[in-house]
Amino acid sequence: MDLALLFQLTLNGLIVGALYGVVAMSFVLIYKASQVVNFAQGEFLLVGAWVCWWFLTDWQLPFWAGFLFTLAFMTVFGLVLQVVVLRPLIGEPVISVIMATIGLGIFFQALMKWIFGVFAKPFPPIFPVERVSVMGLEVQTVYLVSLGISLLIMIGFAWFFTASKHGLAMRATAFDQQVAQSLGVSVPRVFAMSWAISAVVSAVAGVVVGVVNGVSSALSFYGIKVFPAVILGGLDSVLGAVLGGIIIGLLENWAHYLDSQWLNWGNMFQIAPFYALVLILLLKPYGLFGTKNIERV
Amino acid sequence: MEEASPILAADHVSLRFGGVKALTDVSFSVRRGEIFSIIGPNGAGKTSMVNCVSGRYRPTEGRILFEGQDITRVGPNRRAALGIGRTFQNLALFGHMSVLDNIMVGRHHLLKTGFLRGMLYWLGGAQTEELAHRREVEEIIDFLEIQHVRKAPAGTLPYGLRKRVELARAMAVKPKLILLDEPMAGMNLEEKEDMARYIVDLNEEWGMTVLMIEHDMGVVMDISHRVVVLDFGRRIAEGRPEEVMADPHVRRAYLGEADEVTQPAEEVV
Repeated sequence: MDLALLFQLTLNGLIVGALYGVVAMSFVLIYKASQVVNFAQGEFLLVGAWVCWWFLTDWQLPFWAGFLFTLAFMTVFGLVLQVVVLRPLIGEPVISVIMATIGLGIFFQALMKWIFGVFAKPFPPIFPVERVSVMGLEVQTVYLVSLGISLLIMIGFAWFFTASKHGLAMRATAFDQQVAQSLGVSVPRVFAMSWAISAVVSAVAGVVVGVVNGVSSALSFYGIKVFPAVILGGLDSVLGAVLGGIIIGLLENWAHYLDSQWLNWGNMFQIAPFYALVLILLLKPYGLFGTKNIERV
Repeated sequence: MEEASPILAADHVSLRFGGVKALTDVSFSVRRGEIFSIIGPNGAGKTSMVNCVSGRYRPTEGRILFEGQDITRVGPNRRAALGIGRTFQNLALFGHMSVLDNIMVGRHHLLKTGFLRGMLYWLGGAQTEELAHRREVEEIIDFLEIQHVRKAPAGTLPYGLRKRVELARAMAVKPKLILLDEPMAGMNLEEKEDMARYIVDLNEEWGMTVLMIEHDMGVVMDISHRVVVLDFGRRIAEGRPEEVMADPHVRRAYLGEADEVTQPAEEVV
């Protein structure tokens, strides 16, 4: 038993899990508002990270400026995507919408490879100190910052949904579009806004992961990791997404511990979340906080 | 010249779903300040008519005029902003949300503070605006006597209260014209009396014009200023309640052909 490693992995799990939670939240946001299962969520991270990388290296912008420009770009990106691709699909069968988002995923995956190449590229160093020690554990500075950012985003979401005009309108739309319209809420605008926010928030996660691991198409794997997280939490629950993300992050790292200490299979790290996914679907198909009557696809 | 310019006019409205004729050539007008009821047997097209006014359906033919403006092609959310609020036949509250949040959604189009300015909440602007809205919402809550449930999730309330919350939400839109689709369905006598009082008050004290669908004839006759009767999607009568009830077409629609037999008997008395 290597306790130090266990602690280290637990901390990693929390940090990565919080990031999963953030991506899962942005996935749930789209699902809740517009009932679209977005298979291109991972590509949002990818596009965001590449665009930020491009601002920082080709344009030599300072990090904060490049980051802000990235967020601005992603806002427009999300809006355009919704208006051009998803809006014409309103009222079409669920399967068509899913195929469209899968298509979007493949398209952006390929587009990014075409523009930026197939090899991982590192971000220029952003923090003066690479690693800090927290209670004897080595933690990358960017991870600590990312944990902070994740928490900020979560608090932001909580504020948005409970206290802001648009958050309230979004919840109302999620519940019943006809009724929301009768109260003066513009449903197309709510849809567009949900895509924009989702793209921005995913891009933040993409940049954080990019800073740690370098930017490459592997980033879009986060989009797949989101599924165990949101299905554990319940497809339409924002709180569930956060908890689901953290649980999946921890599970991954504990599986890694188990593997490295005893099993030596070598791949538990990647597979464990999907074992969990299968179990959840068997035992609690609507997740921890999900609405019972949502349609499964 | 208020009399001459109705707040709402349906102008030869027809609505078809494929081969089904829901409404055929229906015209009527609602005067400012009225309580106006649409009555008729089941399936007469009453709710279809209200949906044409609220924008949920678009008439196949004809026009809807609101304050003289043609709104036939205006979307439902824009109509809410123009001043048309509504409640639904089957309760349509946002069940997970608190009563207060339900009502605040009705304020959506009135809250000018956008997303970015909302973030600067504490720096002014938004705060005073929010306070003004809170005050108006509180007035509505007081009026409908739902203070005690304001924080409760709307889905947990008993039926009668939910009906009131839905009315509060529609009032929060600050409509000039409020559409009530069966406001008293499923209520007991006492609840009906309360609801009738609220409707009269919101008409007289809050100055809202009311367009209402209701099956309870007693209530309709008591509080409506004027009534239009639909049957099989056609307008068969319009006028003051007592005029309409005396109309032979209406009697036939409600009582069937046996009407003919009872009429001579009445004349004898």
